Amino acid sequence: MEWINVIVQGVLIGGLYALFAAGLSLIFGVMRLVNIAHGDFIVGAAYLAMVVIQATGLHPLASLFLVVPAMAAIGYAIQLGLLNRVLGNDILPPLIVTFGLSIILQNLLLTGFSADSRKLNAGALETQSLAVLPGVDVGYLPLLTFVAAVALIAGLQYLFYHTAMGRAFRATSDDGEIAQIMGLDNRRVFAWAMSLSMSVVAIAGVFLAIRANFDPFMGPSRLIFGFEAVIIGGLGNLWGTLAGGVILGVAQGLGAQIDPGWQLLAGHIAFLVILAVKPRGLFPRID
Amino acid sequence: MADTVLDVADLEVFYGNAQAIHGVSLTIEKGELLSLIGSNGAGKSTLFKAICGMVKPRAGAIRLKGQNTARLSPARITEMGVAMVPEGRRLFRSLSVEENLVLGGYVGRPGPWTLRKVYDVFPILHERRRYPATALSGGQQQMVAIGRALMSNPDLLLLDELSLGLAPVVIKDIYALLPRILGEGLSTILVEQDVTRAMAVSDHFVCMLEGKISLSGRSDAFTHDQISAAYFGT
Repeated sequence: MEWINVIVQGVLIGGLYALFAAGLSLIFGVMRLVNIAHGDFIVGAAYLAMVVIQATGLHPLASLFLVVPAMAAIGYAIQLGLLNRVLGNDILPPLIVTFGLSIILQNLLLTGFSADSRKLNAGALETQSLAVLPGVDVGYLPLLTFVAAVALIAGLQYLFYHTAMGRAFRATSDDGEIAQIMGLDNRRVFAWAMSLSMSVVAIAGVFLAIRANFDPFMGPSRLIFGFEAVIIGGLGNLWGTLAGGVILGVAQGLGAQIDPGWQLLAGHIAFLVILAVKPRGLFPRID
Repeated sequence: MADTVLDVADLEVFYGNAQAIHGVSLTIEKGELLSLIGSNGAGKSTLFKAICGMVKPRAGAIRLKGQNTARLSPARITEMGVAMVPEGRRLFRSLSVEENLVLGGYVGRPGPWTLRKVYDVFPILHERRRYPATALSGGQQQMVAIGRALMSNPDLLLLDELSLGLAPVVIKDIYALLPRILGEGLSTILVEQDVTRAMAVSDHFVCMLEGKISLSGRSDAFTHDQISAAYFGT
């Protein structure tokens, strides 16, 4: 029963990792941009939610109604004003620019909020749980996180395959040059994609901040979890990203069960094993 | 001049330091079919790219219905009425046949071409509308590429190597449909490797050689030898 519990909790935390990964996967899929600052944006969104909550007294989940549009707008502006200028045939410039953004964000957060770790308080949501089996209790928060991840990925999947915006994303990803002579403006399409990615970042940031303490420097490790989930699942496959998150979460849980020091290591080992066996991930969609 | 759709004047296009087009000028009237012939590397595709806005000319003018488009974005030029069937078709591989066609109509220009009309001309595409575009045969893919271009209801249609990689019988079918496609007062520039065919279907022609125009005129006004000399530069 103890092991079942470990696996269940691992699956649920996988939902959080899928939230980290979905936004990363989305912009890589549309514009082949690897956003090194993705984790820092997640942490930035957590601080933004904190500020909103301090100013308005809203519940952390209610703060999403403000944080999501704000992050979406920031994403749109950063893409149009900065990232579009460095995107091209060479993948190095955007990599360096987002690496720089990562450093800038960390230091801005440090200057603005100090190095103290913070947490968002979601009240009863954090402590209540559901006994599904004897010895297996599922917390409301992890369950809600997982459900949010599934709903979000289903929503993104729908958007990608059943809407005009999704069609524009896929066409631009397939052949940006020809998409332009169809009348699509690549720069705008990329800006919408980044905006969408940052909306997901906002949700990931708030769930992260309710679950655990956060500080200005924890972005890069979230980025790693996101990356690993994306790669395990296979590039460009959103459902694969969820699978990747779950595998990572379960591996970490099992590692921690064996020895608490092995939690992170087990996740990385699972990642490396999958990379060795299936270098393109489990369900790749991008060649 | 009121009916001139496209007027290219003294166009110079460079790729880095390499000059691909040297002072090319041509005009095309409403409803005209112009064949653009020339060997590989003569600058035909570059000229198309310049007209679509995919490459920016260093000098000269490209006037579409009197308006200079040389500095406009590809998207803006499409909105103004230029559509291209690119060499190698370049369909969107993650989009279905129907999605490719619908995206072709993204700019929403009014005109005779609708999804229904494209399916009327190419019934097989209606049958295969849910298939991924690249799962179709080469000839059917070419139909998708033509339909996608028509969906924007262009005034000027650029057809780049329609017959590339297709079986002769399929090429014949596509050319048989051409009058129906172009019957709407559409001006067309056709790039075609098969010079005899290109001359047979067109009103006028332009022959390019090493980025310059080596011969141009009415398609029936020159002998095979004259065209051959212009084509090969002999």
